[in-house]
Amino acid sequence: MEAREIVFDFLEGYDVLAAFWVTVKLTLFSAIGSLVWGTLLAGMRVSPVPLMRGFGTFYVNTVRNIPLTVIIVFSSLGLADVFGMTLGASDDFDALSFRLSILGLSAYTAAFVCEALRSGINTVPMGQAEAARALGLSFTQVLTLIVLPQAFRAVIVPLANVLIALTKNTTVAAAIGVGEAALLMKEMIENEAQTVLIAFIFALGFVVLTLPMGLVLGWLGKRLAVKR
Amino acid sequence: MSSVLYDTPGPRAKQRNIFYTVVFVVLLGLLLWWVYRQMDDAGQMAWAKWKPFTLSTTWTTYLLPGLGETLKAAALAMVISLPLGALFGIARLSDHKWVRVPAGVVVEFFRSIPVLLMMVFANQVYVQSTDLSSETRPLYAVVTGLVLYNASVLAEIVRAGILSLPKGQTEASHAIGLRKSQTMMSILLPQAVTVMLPAIVSQLVVIVKDTALGGAMLNFTDLLAARKTEAAFYANVIPSFVVVGLIYILLNLALTTFAGWLERRLRRSKRGTGTVLGADDLEDLNTAELGGVVGVGVTGAGAGGPVDDVGKR
Repeated sequence: MEAREIVFDFLEGYDVLAAFWVTVKLTLFSAIGSLVWGTLLAGMRVSPVPLMRGFGTFYVNTVRNIPLTVIIVFSSLGLADVFGMTLGASDDFDALSFRLSILGLSAYTAAFVCEALRSGINTVPMGQAEAARALGLSFTQVLTLIVLPQAFRAVIVPLANVLIALTKNTTVAAAIGVGEAALLMKEMIENEAQTVLIAFIFALGFVVLTLPMGLVLGWLGKRLAVKR
Repeated sequence: MSSVLYDTPGPRAKQRNIFYTVVFVVLLGLLLWWVYRQMDDAGQMAWAKWKPFTLSTTWTTYLLPGLGETLKAAALAMVISLPLGALFGIARLSDHKWVRVPAGVVVEFFRSIPVLLMMVFANQVYVQSTDLSSETRPLYAVVTGLVLYNASVLAEIVRAGILSLPKGQTEASHAIGLRKSQTMMSILLPQAVTVMLPAIVSQLVVIVKDTALGGAMLNFTDLLAARKTEAAFYANVIPSFVVVGLIYILLNLALTTFAGWLERRLRRSKRGTGTVLGADDLEDLNTAELGGVVGVGVTGAGAGGPVDDVGKR
């Protein structure tokens, strides 16, 4: 007991779990946001309308090539400070930067979600749709009975990878002062002496968050994969 | 045009597509108009805000030095992490468990930690145990963080590249009496390098993007930080973001285009085995942490098991 108290003394006054809870919340909300927006984008990228395809391609290529940091910092300095966007949190600075970073993370991650979904659709061979049409299935039936069920299964592993990357990317929110894990780590590491131990605790936190995602979703993806 | 999702459009579908196009154009136009109005209301469309970017002094005092720092950090990180990544990638393929397992643990550990954590940690270590000046320290910290992370990603690329080669290459070299190290150095690696080249070039995009973290968090004087001082001087926040964003996009598009060109060229060439680890394969490797592989490396199932996610495509 004595030894434990001395070794972990530096944790006094810091709420590591609360910081990681913010990380989890950021991940969760941005995952939902990027899934919605990314699905819409993927719909555009595979649509028969050339203009929509063009827009989807343009969005993906633009957003993927801008650093996430630039997007997040822009959402704070540009959207909030210059354009006065409040996102329903006009006087609560913490809530505002939290919501802004969800917006930025979603906009960025959506491009990767879109590409993952599109690659999933591309794994379904042309012959499947052609055979379905030859059987006389209608467009809706081809899509809902033949193509999408196969595409969804192929998409699990790529989407899991995007989710893991998103979890790590939430640390960028520290750049606009969201009190998540990376920001707390920076504060602690600058004020306490146990540099290596602090870094290790936070690193472990991320391993604990991302490892199960990879294992569970990877296993699920393999189990559900269409064997060809 | 036909795809797995829809047939070649007939007369009715064509009409419908035209209708959708019109609706989409209207929506897009409304969005652009709204953005323009917002910019105008905030006074960001005034020529005075954009004029600084036509002056050469803006570029020579602010943006170009910042871009230089960004490129310097990216280049250093790449040059250092490549041999390190190759070392760990080969170590993960070793026949000896005591080499393979620790290498796997190190690679998987660093791959699952955000790069920002490593930068912050490196920065603090340099503060405490070296006497680097506060001007050069951020560069060291950024490069260290990038090297730790990207070396482990490159290790996976190297491993995937070697595993993607046909088995016959190893078998044939063993048959003519080459030792394991000879097989690796003179048979597998040279071929794997061609296989991996596009993926490695694309990894540069990730490195370039990640340098911006140092600018935001560690007082690294990169392009993003240069934008800040520039905007503080000319009071043009939005235009400066647009210009800096464009610089990043053009830089990374150039890299992506180069990687794509390299990939096509390598696929065409007669030499080598025809397998190329393309830019898109890499996309998976770095956004990526390859779901299934994460655990396998730690438990050390080694060369046989985890191939199917990476190599076979």
